[in-house]
Amino acid sequence: MKYILMMNCPKTGYDTFGSMPKDDIKAHIAFMHSFNKALRESGELVSAEGLADPKQAKLVRAGKDGEPITDGVFPEAKEYLAGYWIIEVDNPEQAYKIAARASTAPGPGGAPSNMPIEVRQVMSSAPTEWL
Amino acid sequence: MTPLDAAFEHLLRDLAPQVLGAIIRRFRDFGDAEDAVQEALLAAAIQWPRDGVPDNPRAWLIQVASRRMTDHLRSEMARRRRETAASAELENLAPAADIEIEPDQDDALVLLFMCCHPALTPSSAIALTLRAVGGLTTAEIANAFMVPEATMAQRISRAKQSIKASGVPFSLPTTSGNQEQTQRLRAVLHVLYLIFNEGYTSSAGPHLQRTELSTEAIRLTRTVHKLLPDDGEVAGLLALMLLTDARRAARTGPDGELIPLTKQDRALWDSKSIAEGVALLTTALSKGSIGPYQLQAAIAAVHDEAPRADETDWPQILALYDLLKRMSDNPMVMLNHTIAVAMVHGPSAGLERLKDLDADGRLAGHHRVDAVRAHLLELAGDQPGAIAHYQIAAARTTSLPERNYLITQAARLRENAG
Repeated sequence: MKYILMMNCPKTGYDTFGSMPKDDIKAHIAFMHSFNKALRESGELVSAEGLADPKQAKLVRAGKDGEPITDGVFPEAKEYLAGYWIIEVDNPEQAYKIAARASTAPGPGGAPSNMPIEVRQVMSSAPTEWL
Repeated sequence: MTPLDAAFEHLLRDLAPQVLGAIIRRFRDFGDAEDAVQEALLAAAIQWPRDGVPDNPRAWLIQVASRRMTDHLRSEMARRRRETAASAELENLAPAADIEIEPDQDDALVLLFMCCHPALTPSSAIALTLRAVGGLTTAEIANAFMVPEATMAQRISRAKQSIKASGVPFSLPTTSGNQEQTQRLRAVLHVLYLIFNEGYTSSAGPHLQRTELSTEAIRLTRTVHKLLPDDGEVAGLLALMLLTDARRAARTGPDGELIPLTKQDRALWDSKSIAEGVALLTTALSKGSIGPYQLQAAIAAVHDEAPRADETDWPQILALYDLLKRMSDNPMVMLNHTIAVAMVHGPSAGLERLKDLDADGRLAGHHRVDAVRAHLLELAGDQPGAIAHYQIAAARTTSLPERNYLITQAARLRENAG
């Protein structure tokens, strides 16, 4: 079964991250690197991406002619997706364990940030026959 | 794929387990042998269409794979010699490359026992079975399960390490007919059944489509049946697959939407598969030792033999589920039994049975229970209840086509009411 693990942050999240001391940033990057490597080697990683700073984000709608209109306004309280992993595991407990590991990514001072990771199942199960 | 390519592929995939068996018997190491055979199969896939198929394709593959093994062992030895500066093992390990080993028909079976090893998770066993016995490439398997090739390669390599660590030798688990072999065979059949079920719907993909997993499961089960023709459950599983797969073309609509059994166009059912499944089942049942796969096949056969949905022999299906329920303590069987009760004795009898299932608790929160409850409530004339439970089921399923089917059912009832 496939799960997506989502790492969310407020609009200022990238600035907060970027204003940490150099060693803390390095520790965080090193953690993510080895975390991704471990997931690849365990045969569980489907994909992982980090997303660009939400300050570049656009809300797009189709106009009357179907052309994109990109002047959407974001609500202030919005949480942004900062990055995600899609994993394939044998049971939900395994997905939670991996999410908890991601949550220990080091923050300021190198301590585990314990950031929240949103875990959602991907609808990839094979269906069965109905009566 | 051209017909010529398809012919090459069939030949290669039929030969894959035979070649692997020969290499393992010669070199002992399952994991490395499996890699070497994959390389030989890839070499053949490139060379044969260009240069023609060799006179003895099996010997060709064994020779190429042996050479790969020898090269691999040589470099391993060199590495170890560099590390320990002491080894004279190499010459003993490199065999003469011209020995033709007689094909051993049991190889496919032994390989299946290895690949469906109890130490492996189902997903690992499935991947390894498809590669080592099915002769599929890692890329094809990755594609079928929609994961990156590198991820599938790691899964397969870890599965092989687990088998190696378990120390299980490459041979049939002692003599046939004893308990260990029966249990291991049950694990093999379960993995084949899981592969079959993965292939329910088609999904876009340039190579192996998900539906082909069903075809592959049938092919592998046929192989097992050929090797163990007197095993009723092997025949039962093959019959179940054929009788279920026969309905495939009728089971989904043009937009991939699910079509329930009662609404399927029965003219689209594959009568050849049905006839084969029924014949297999009849022979198996006549031999006397009845098991769960034979009973499930018998139920599938009753459905397939009804000319119209409302001519389905539900009392017979109920009798078969009664037997199956006594044989296996599986809550999914209880749920299906409930449907049969409802079809014979009316929806309220079925709804009453659902209470037992709620009390049992093992299927608590499972979308199929809600879907069955919705269906029975609809039959009982409780539209609001049916709508509510179709919606609960839709929120709980993790299959997109099922979700779409369930919300469509709810929408249909809302419009009937409005």
